[in-house]
Amino acid sequence: MSTPLLSTDSLVKRFGGLAATDGLSLSVAEGELHALIGPNGAGKTTLIGQLSGELTPDSGTILFDGRDVTRLPVHKRAQRGLARSFQITSIFPSFTALDNVALAVQAHAGHSFRFWRDAGRDRRLADPARAVLERVGLGARADTRADALAHGEKRQLELAMALATRPRLLLLDEPMAGMGPEDSARMVELLQELKGGVTILLVEHDMDAVFALADRITVLVRGKDLASGTPAEIRNDPAVREAYLGDELEVA
Amino acid sequence: MPPTAPRTALLTRPRIALLVLLAVALALPTVADWMGEPFYVRLATRILVFALAAVSLDLILGFGGMVSFGHAAFVGIGGYAVGILFAHQSDGSTLFGFPGTVNGLIVWPLAMLAGALAALPVGAISLRTTGVPFIMITLAFAQMLFYLMTGLKAYGGDDGIALWSRSTLPAPLNINDHTTFYYVVLGLLVAALALGWRLVNSRFGRVIRGAKDNERRMAALGYPVTRYKLVAFVIAGALAGLAGALLANATMFVGPQYLHWSRSGDLIVMVVLGGIGTLIGPVLGAAALLLLEEFVPELMDLAHAGLGEHWKIVLGPVLILLVLYARKGLWGVVAGRRP
Repeated sequence: MSTPLLSTDSLVKRFGGLAATDGLSLSVAEGELHALIGPNGAGKTTLIGQLSGELTPDSGTILFDGRDVTRLPVHKRAQRGLARSFQITSIFPSFTALDNVALAVQAHAGHSFRFWRDAGRDRRLADPARAVLERVGLGARADTRADALAHGEKRQLELAMALATRPRLLLLDEPMAGMGPEDSARMVELLQELKGGVTILLVEHDMDAVFALADRITVLVRGKDLASGTPAEIRNDPAVREAYLGDELEVA
Repeated sequence: MPPTAPRTALLTRPRIALLVLLAVALALPTVADWMGEPFYVRLATRILVFALAAVSLDLILGFGGMVSFGHAAFVGIGGYAVGILFAHQSDGSTLFGFPGTVNGLIVWPLAMLAGALAALPVGAISLRTTGVPFIMITLAFAQMLFYLMTGLKAYGGDDGIALWSRSTLPAPLNINDHTTFYYVVLGLLVAALALGWRLVNSRFGRVIRGAKDNERRMAALGYPVTRYKLVAFVIAGALAGLAGALLANATMFVGPQYLHWSRSGDLIVMVVLGGIGTLIGPVLGAAALLLLEEFVPELMDLAHAGLGEHWKIVLGPVLILLVLYARKGLWGVVAGRRP
């Protein structure tokens, strides 16, 4: 197997006495859609925080593209191609949908110490931004202020922004959070299209979506890797069934 | 959603408002002369100077979300650049081996440089924080500079420096003439507004505005946000320094009180009153505050002698009403809701 695009080695993050990430070693291969599932409190959000750079692990390392990024700040990881979407929609409310994405395009276009030209008329920003909006199905809403978008549309915008930075790895933190079945289906369809073109680490509660999309699944329980494998392997893993899937079924 | 105005319309309400404002500003000295009230020209000059300072604050406060409570410090430092070089010129001494000067083409850019150089470390340290800590740290720095100037006995300490000549500009510009000075300040304010307009709409400006909307997201997109905010802070410091140089010329005096925190508060009031994040609004805010300050006490004294010193009892409710009912301040009232 070639070197994974993203890997963690014995990652530990403690909050007081609680080990939210407990010696986790995870690897995401280039090109795959890797899903991360686990019950509430399993440490998924903490892990995303460490991968994106908002949290610093207590010990262990994170390698991205063969380089140690464990202590790299958020923006530098993003510049290297590690893009993320947020569980709670994180957009620029006073910008139009197009300008939200244009900001992401601009982030990828090099430094922004350009003080004079009107960025709103810069087609090098607007054209790629419009293309990404079309791709996620928001083309018709380009000129709408982001805070006036419907919830499902905001989630699409969230994804569009991550895509527009032309990432090597997409960290998607519950992209379907709060979505109705119709919007969810569209999101699954969209991720299906993206799959293969860009490496994706997907954290998601919607099991149907996860099993439909993932090449590999890692089950996280109490900060540890309980099991990793193909969807079929995970489905039939007795430990997973006991610790998690059965649980989930009861709740549902 | 309200329908957006067609983009082809040439005379939108904000544009008409701008043209009217510019016409009033251009005609003001002539009208004042005709009324036999030359004092109005000096008052209007003061308004424009404070407008420049308020516009520079709006760049970081309104567009970057940086509530600097120490902006008057950079104004004061610009003023002191003029005052200190004047003092050396008048007694023939040198500063770091250089003679003093009153040449505006040297002193005014130096005032901007001084404002920028002061803003650099203040910004570098205070921008490590946001929100209330940022407000408090900028306030603390400004007060430090205030006390520094108070203690600067070589340059008048508490008493400041009285200037008995204004900066000189190339002929035919002689700013000892009130009308000429007024137009020079007006020209600089318009230039600053144009610069600010380009700035907030440029790529750089988008980064600053994006950081105000959602700083965490900006970092996740790959922006080293603090660096951009610091550059904006320094640019605002430079413009404030220029306002300080003009203020020194308008009042023919510089003193520590220019740096006092209450002056920084006045600048914030101007920005809020005129319309946060509108650039032109703070000009209206400066006019409103200084006109209220000029005329309300007089009127109140007429009603009851001595009442005038409590004029801020009028300012308070005006501010509250504007904040409650006009989100974009006076400019919002004048220009209407912009799409």
